[in-house]
Amino acid sequence: MTASAPVRDTAVTTAPRQRARKRRFASLPYLLSIPAILALAVGMGYPLVWQVFNSFREYGLAQQFGQEPTFVGFANYTQLLTDAEFWAVLIKSVAFMAITASATMIAGIGLAVLMKSIPTWPRVALQISLLLAWAMPIVAQMTVWNWLIDDRNGVVNYVLTLLPGVDMTGHNWLVNPWSFFGVASLIITWASVPFVALSVYAGLTQVSDEVREAAQLDGAGGFSMLRRITLPILRPILVILLLLQFIWDLRVYAQIELLQGFGARGGKYDLLGTYIYGLGVGQGHFGVAAAAAMLVMLVTVALSWFYVREMLKEDSP
Amino acid sequence: MTRKRSPLRYIGAGLAVVLAAAWAFPVYWMVSSSFLSAATISRLTPTFVPFDGTFTNYKEVLTDSGFLAALQMSLVVTAIALAVCITFAFLGALAISRFRFRGRKALVLAVILVQMLPAEAMFIAQYKMISGFGMLNSVAGVSIIYIAMVVPFTMWMLRGFVAGVPADLEEAAMIDGCTRMGAFMRVTFPLLAPGLVASGVFAFLQVWNEFALASILLTSDASQTLPLWLRDFAQPSSLAMIEWGQVMAASTLVAVPVIIFFLVVQNRMTAGLVGGAVKG
Repeated sequence: MTASAPVRDTAVTTAPRQRARKRRFASLPYLLSIPAILALAVGMGYPLVWQVFNSFREYGLAQQFGQEPTFVGFANYTQLLTDAEFWAVLIKSVAFMAITASATMIAGIGLAVLMKSIPTWPRVALQISLLLAWAMPIVAQMTVWNWLIDDRNGVVNYVLTLLPGVDMTGHNWLVNPWSFFGVASLIITWASVPFVALSVYAGLTQVSDEVREAAQLDGAGGFSMLRRITLPILRPILVILLLLQFIWDLRVYAQIELLQGFGARGGKYDLLGTYIYGLGVGQGHFGVAAAAAMLVMLVTVALSWFYVREMLKEDSP
Repeated sequence: MTRKRSPLRYIGAGLAVVLAAAWAFPVYWMVSSSFLSAATISRLTPTFVPFDGTFTNYKEVLTDSGFLAALQMSLVVTAIALAVCITFAFLGALAISRFRFRGRKALVLAVILVQMLPAEAMFIAQYKMISGFGMLNSVAGVSIIYIAMVVPFTMWMLRGFVAGVPADLEEAAMIDGCTRMGAFMRVTFPLLAPGLVASGVFAFLQVWNEFALASILLTSDASQTLPLWLRDFAQPSSLAMIEWGQVMAASTLVAVPVIIFFLVVQNRMTAGLVGGAVKG
């Protein structure tokens, strides 16, 4: 965390001057932040207020056609929380998030450790490949993977069929829900590993050789080196990366919606994002959809709290 | 791990090459398939290297009226969102990094929190708002949402750059006779240029690639952005078989500019997202 030190230093030395400025330009910071605040208020603030408000109102098809929405207290929430389908989607989403995030972290850390222990040229080759995968726009990722797993001409089925005793000719990967989510998880892992691997690698390069040598002189072997030196130094970044993966793997609307478009639609292929979309825009149950969105928001904010605290620390003078 | 000449290093190097090939394979496959003719690509044996490649797919895509309309829509939306976002975020970043004022903590907290929110947490409400304004399928409607989406991240990133230019420099210029504005324009602003470019590229990537919000705010064929057009282009329909060569050519056209921009700024991306934690 030494990197934040210079920032802190400048903040400390400029503090008196800022105080002087504060007197002379008391209204300037407000003028400067008004545009950003307005943009946020319109694009985020107003919808948020609408959503909180309407999650407590009956707002369905009748209200779409002019009937006045009525307040129903927590009825939308209780309707959701007693609905087996909502629970099924919620559990699927959380399981999807946990599995995908764990796979991403394990693969990412593995790749980072590998990159630290190999000569320069294979490392650079690996880094370039990872960057290419990371840079792919989501829609292009999905079209390419859909082509890879195409039932008729896809290279995946072709290669698997070459294995002895395996015949995947014409196999459609997107029909069985387990296989559908497996494919989604694989694609998201493929796309998210680069960020984790490169970040952990950057962290590993910060473990200085002096520290390692000192530990070696004191008799630390490979395992205790990992446990006592490397892991403690990497801990903060690993925690943040895991949290970001949790948050990002909960928000997979685009990938799921695209895969459904390529394969099959239907409730059994839904995760939270597509489920809320279906409830609201699809069926017109805006009140219930707002309540479901509020639940997703609360989970996200709870998950991101630690991350937000770390970011705030970076900001503090 | 770093001991020299251990045979493990060579096994590791081999493994790294295999993994590098595996990770890059989908990208390679996209580009390679995009050069295959319709006849070649529908063979049951895949063509691994496009020796007899053609540019027909690219010609087809580039003359597709939907592609050109979507490209235009994407350019307009991105240009508007980017110009507004950079201006607003830059002013906001100046406020939070150069001044201590009442309400600053709340603003910073809001900026960080909003970045965490998934589209799913708000898109129903944003859809209702934009449809209430009568702005579905319009540049203005989607721009309002995009600006709110990218301002926080851009502001947070610029905050770091502004804090990196010592206020002393500005003060020195003022002692030498510059006005406050002059000092800012002549000293601080040029030093911030690289930061503005980097933040601009990020905002560009976010808006250019955005799919979830576009898919619910822009539902008519006439108002599609590139990601939406690519989705429809790649989706199976009852009318015709998917032309995989063309789909891959379209995907390549959408992806290549993004990949280039991304490679230019990715170092800062890693640093920005994980903050001080990366640097140990």
